[in-house]
Amino acid sequence: MAAIPLNYIARNLAARKLTTALTAGGMALVVYVFATVLMLATGLTETLVATGQTDNVLVIRRGSQTEVQSGVDRPSAAIIETLPDVATGGDGRKLISKEPVVLINLPKRDSGKPSNVVIRGATPQGLVLRPQVKIVAGRMFQPGTSEIIAGRSIAEGFRGAALGETLRFAQRDWTVVGVFDAGRTGFNSEIWGDAEQLLQSFRRVSFSAVIFKLIDSERFDAVKAQIESDPRLTLEAKRETQFYADQSEALSKFIFYLGTTISVIFSIGAIIGAMITMYASVASRTNEIGTLRALGFSRAAILAAFLGEALLLGLVGGLVGLIGAAFMQAFSISTMNFQTFAEIAFSFSVTPAIVLASVAFALVMGFVGGFLPAARAARMKIVDALRAA
Amino acid sequence: MYVVLLVLKNAFRHKLRTALTIVGIVVAITAFGLLRTIVQAWYAGAEATSSARLVTRNAISLVFSMPLTYAEKIRQVPGVASVSWANWFGGVYITERNFFPQFAIDAASYLDMYPEFVLNPSEKKAFLVDRKGAVVGRKLAEQYGWKLGDQIPIRGTIFPGTWTFTLRAIYDGVDAKTDETQFYFHWQYLNESIKARFPRRGDQIGIYVVEIRDPSQAAAISQDIDATFKNSLAETLTETEKAFQLGFVAMTEAILVAVQAVSFVVILIIMAVMANTMAMTARERYGEYATMKALGFANHFVALLIFAESLGIALAGGVLGILLTFPLASAFAGAMGTLFPVFFVSGETVLMQVAAAVIVGVVAAVVPAWRAANVRIVDGLRSIA
Repeated sequence: MAAIPLNYIARNLAARKLTTALTAGGMALVVYVFATVLMLATGLTETLVATGQTDNVLVIRRGSQTEVQSGVDRPSAAIIETLPDVATGGDGRKLISKEPVVLINLPKRDSGKPSNVVIRGATPQGLVLRPQVKIVAGRMFQPGTSEIIAGRSIAEGFRGAALGETLRFAQRDWTVVGVFDAGRTGFNSEIWGDAEQLLQSFRRVSFSAVIFKLIDSERFDAVKAQIESDPRLTLEAKRETQFYADQSEALSKFIFYLGTTISVIFSIGAIIGAMITMYASVASRTNEIGTLRALGFSRAAILAAFLGEALLLGLVGGLVGLIGAAFMQAFSISTMNFQTFAEIAFSFSVTPAIVLASVAFALVMGFVGGFLPAARAARMKIVDALRAA
Repeated sequence: MYVVLLVLKNAFRHKLRTALTIVGIVVAITAFGLLRTIVQAWYAGAEATSSARLVTRNAISLVFSMPLTYAEKIRQVPGVASVSWANWFGGVYITERNFFPQFAIDAASYLDMYPEFVLNPSEKKAFLVDRKGAVVGRKLAEQYGWKLGDQIPIRGTIFPGTWTFTLRAIYDGVDAKTDETQFYFHWQYLNESIKARFPRRGDQIGIYVVEIRDPSQAAAISQDIDATFKNSLAETLTETEKAFQLGFVAMTEAILVAVQAVSFVVILIIMAVMANTMAMTARERYGEYATMKALGFANHFVALLIFAESLGIALAGGVLGILLTFPLASAFAGAMGTLFPVFFVSGETVLMQVAAAVIVGVVAAVVPAWRAANVRIVDGLRSIA
């Protein structure tokens, strides 16, 4: 049994350019929304997952979900430091960083509207623990001074946070002496200063979190059990990767569900567009269908030809939408993560899975839109079709 | 009259096509309305504020507290009528999924300052005298099936331990704008427990709510309050309640802008579909339009026919879509529970939906109407669909 050549199918679409463009355009918009939303949710998750290192352990107060809510006093931090599983750095000191983490309210550079920015008290060991953090402009802060360094997103996005500018908080002026880039990680949305200086100026006595590197990554469960069962401590330990992945969960799920629901609703519009186009296409070619059947093409071949036309329409729309969405990679978005109450910058990220999902989504739209018209074409009787005006 | 009839007949010549187009518009207008309503729900906190209330917080950020002694100092600022305070508790009820805001409040003064929370007097009294009592909004109580007298355990994230409260009162909002998903309990209870365990964390206040006598003096009074605490360990930032709430909205603005942008995309999609319908319809009728013109009808009359048909279909879809928005919005609000405390379709949304339908109808007809009006009679008569 012969199939109708693809060439015929494609030329039908080219014959009525305005209609094809409008229908494919509608589908392209739906796929664009669908792909952008998936890219956004993925970008956020990737950013926060990349923030952690697998062999780093983060210790916070039991029950607190974020570093900002947590408090770890000095005696507890000292107990953690004595654990035998904490790795030792090249200088013979334990690779453990005791960090205060707080939020400060800063105005955005463009709108002046305030948002919460994480400010972290860093230590020399803390920098060793996060090899992804690199100074890209200026220099490191001097310990014991009111100097700070800002993550790239913060330096660009907030007033007073660029190199050489000063921020005033906690009764002091803090000079930004460096800008650091930590790749696509959450640290890009933080400000770092000297831990002891920050503790003093914020009048705090406790750290927020203790981060240390394991000698042997496999020992994590044992170390976790040891910390959590120690009667002197009311702390919990998490792998740094897991800790940050948890923080992306709520917002990325929110974006994902809102976005896919919207896309599915929108797709109804595009499917109807495809249906209208395909019905018209069938109606205007009734004679042709009769001729094809008379030539010996089977009903299945007719069905396949019209479904093919609809799928092609969907594919064109899907690819256009995907190309449009791909341009979004150039942008990044900065918003408050409601789990941490702090600003986080992330970008749109394309993965092969998103490309596949978008194309599949477009094809499904084409298929659903084209099925009924194609069935109508296939069911036509040869005589009636040939007789039609 | 005959013109209307002609337009109607034309519109229903292809029943399936017209029906499909209308369904498409219904979906688009409904989706548009729901998305606008979601955006407005975001602003609900700011809409429900009073211009007579100011909020004072630590200037560094909300994470930092202020000492209790500030209450008396704020009260002495000229123009201040009364002062109350609240601490964000940030606890978890059973699992993290059950999110709702909890505040430790100075109960008597706080409830006096918020007349929009309507309480039964006997319940209110029961709450005020029970140190471990709690008062919650109607919507929240319904969501979790709480009844008066129930014990509600909440695990603290900022204040360690599990705290158990007894539900003593349920408030109703004075109108649809009032948030009925809040959970309030006594600040004194929180403070005494915390002070016993962590002496340094006692007598600390998250935000002060300040009632002022004359709303027009809000800016001056805010400055006076902040000046009082200038160069202290906890400098303050005072703003109107509305500005305070808008601050939260601004933090998630990027998402809000995205939702808004997407709500216009659906209009674009349906515009493409509608334009396609009208283009096909007009193309099929070039012969008729040419005949009409040959009979002496003016070009603009032919264009008018197409515009009327397009507008008619768009408005039919628009009206159905608007009618459908209301039941869908309440179903959505029910499904979302306390995530959107205030969720209703506003008059503004309906107006925007009407406008969207009209724009879709007009834009879709532009090209086909122009073509039909300008088609040469000879070409039109010769054309085949």
